[in-house]
Amino acid sequence: MSKIKDFQEYVSKSQVWRSIFRVGVPTTDRKRALAVLGNVFLHLHPVKVRTSGIRLKYTWCMGGISFFLFLVLSLTGLLLMFYYRPTGEYAYPDIVDLGEQVSLGLMRELHRWAAHLMVITVWLHMFRVFMTGSYKPPREFNWGVGVLLLIFTLLLSFTGYLLPWDQLAIWAITVGGNMARATPFAGYEGPGASLLSIGDIRLVHAGDDARFALLGGRFVGTNALLRFYVLHCVGIPIVAGALMAVHFWRVRKDGGISGPL
Amino acid sequence: MEAVKGFINWISDPRWLFLLSVILFFFMFRLRVLWTVKFGIVALIASLAFFGLSMLDKNFRIISTTPDNVPIVGLIFLMAFFTWLSLKQAFDNDDRLRIGQPPKERTERFEKVMVWPDLVYTEFIATVLLGAVLVIWSIVLKAPLEQPSNPTFSPPVMKAPWYFLGLQEMLVYYDPWLAGVVLPGLIIVGLMAIPYIDRNPRGSGYYTFAERKYEIMVFMFGFMILWLLLIVIGTFLRGPNWNFFGPYETWDVAKVTPMVNVNLSEYIWVKILGVGLPNQWFGAKYMGILLRELFGFILVIGYFTALPPVLANRSRLFNGFYKTLGGARYHVMMFLLLAMMTLPIKMILRWTIDLKYIVSIPEWFFNI
Repeated sequence: MSKIKDFQEYVSKSQVWRSIFRVGVPTTDRKRALAVLGNVFLHLHPVKVRTSGIRLKYTWCMGGISFFLFLVLSLTGLLLMFYYRPTGEYAYPDIVDLGEQVSLGLMRELHRWAAHLMVITVWLHMFRVFMTGSYKPPREFNWGVGVLLLIFTLLLSFTGYLLPWDQLAIWAITVGGNMARATPFAGYEGPGASLLSIGDIRLVHAGDDARFALLGGRFVGTNALLRFYVLHCVGIPIVAGALMAVHFWRVRKDGGISGPL
Repeated sequence: MEAVKGFINWISDPRWLFLLSVILFFFMFRLRVLWTVKFGIVALIASLAFFGLSMLDKNFRIISTTPDNVPIVGLIFLMAFFTWLSLKQAFDNDDRLRIGQPPKERTERFEKVMVWPDLVYTEFIATVLLGAVLVIWSIVLKAPLEQPSNPTFSPPVMKAPWYFLGLQEMLVYYDPWLAGVVLPGLIIVGLMAIPYIDRNPRGSGYYTFAERKYEIMVFMFGFMILWLLLIVIGTFLRGPNWNFFGPYETWDVAKVTPMVNVNLSEYIWVKILGVGLPNQWFGAKYMGILLRELFGFILVIGYFTALPPVLANRSRLFNGFYKTLGGARYHVMMFLLLAMMTLPIKMILRWTIDLKYIVSIPEWFFNI
């Protein structure tokens, strides 16, 4: 036994160990505070929080779960990108291979179910924040950021829906894309679009309207696939990530995790 | 058994389901007994029993075990649970407030706890549990993959992703420019405007119903009835060609439902005045069209511009809102509220008098 203890002490006193773990086992409140402050991930948290802030019955943990799911989706999405090519000829076979050829091919399942779950947890988070009145001053702005994050969650899910490139995908996106066709003024079947014309020449037509901008074509084709892929993997995650940074920062700055003021 | 199924199929028709849900919605805030642990357990057992028994039915089993629908089955149970959890705490707090005690959350206000270990461990356990749930879910249920995409063959059931099915259901009652563009935009704007419209300082940071009755009722009406209920209808009760099918009904591609919807202009000019549509005797250019839709325009413009001031003057409730919110906030709130209420209004008009559009100008893609 003493040999093991000696070894433990040898390891925990070594230069390598102490360079990584500054504080040691946090046994006192001082060390616990330092453990949170000294860790780049944990320092998203304050050192102390309201009791209500850690009570599951009060917070439902939904914001934290949503963030965790975002991390799961980033990781599994990254792994999926190794195998998936967003072109008309490869997209579908690559998805088939992901299930049949890749060892431990669970990544697509994890990615899809985590994505569905994230939509639900984000809604529940919003519901909890509303029911506790946590959008009230001084948190008005952060509620707005949260609404934007909700929209970006839905857009991430929507752009990802097309990528399997099967019948379910293209016709679901067709239904969604057809709505853009009816955008007032900007869609060629939207009200007011016909007013935007010079003589008989229409400025807004099927070849340059809002749906065309979304799909890169008049229907859901390979251009749409590439567009949705880029938005799904790069564009929206960057914006959502930036907004998440603002969201978490403002939680701290606007009085900490919600509780009675 | 068949009679029960037939009855449930009949009552699942969006008309009855919607009306029933609205009635239940407004009753549930009055029945304190619903928000107790005892009732919660009874409701959970009853709904699980209903769900379990229904799984014996082939059609119900197909629709509720379709991989992409499983999260929505989960959503129904989760929403019911969290609605119960939040309103239970709200009514518990209201009981405390009534006898002069502070809400439960306020008693905890000044005692803070260390993030390490209390919060960090909770997060760690939540992460491990959720990770396990996800892995098991992914092993049990394969992600769906249908036939390769084929732009020349459109399947009989075309549905948007499930979280947009509320919008697709709205397409039954609105043109796409409203259901797909304007109303979603107003939902976003309306949600973001909530903290700036709601000036009630009470109920910040704790569950309560009594202190913020109207906020909670309006929000929950929009969220649960106009959003989630429509998603549930769109997922489970809409089949080929967006026709209605009961939960125990087979999705028959050949089901035909008569389209007998009539525009307001036809009601007034043809059925009531009996003179025919003005664009037929006035020419189909601007004057004829505008005259044809005159009554529709009066209705819509009157609804949005006349109703807020009239309500502020005549209704004690809205007069109270006007006084506490001030003019600008009151009118923004009323616009958003009235826009939201157009959906149930249009639904009821469709179900009672087969009204298609209030203003109908297909020439300009402008239908309301």
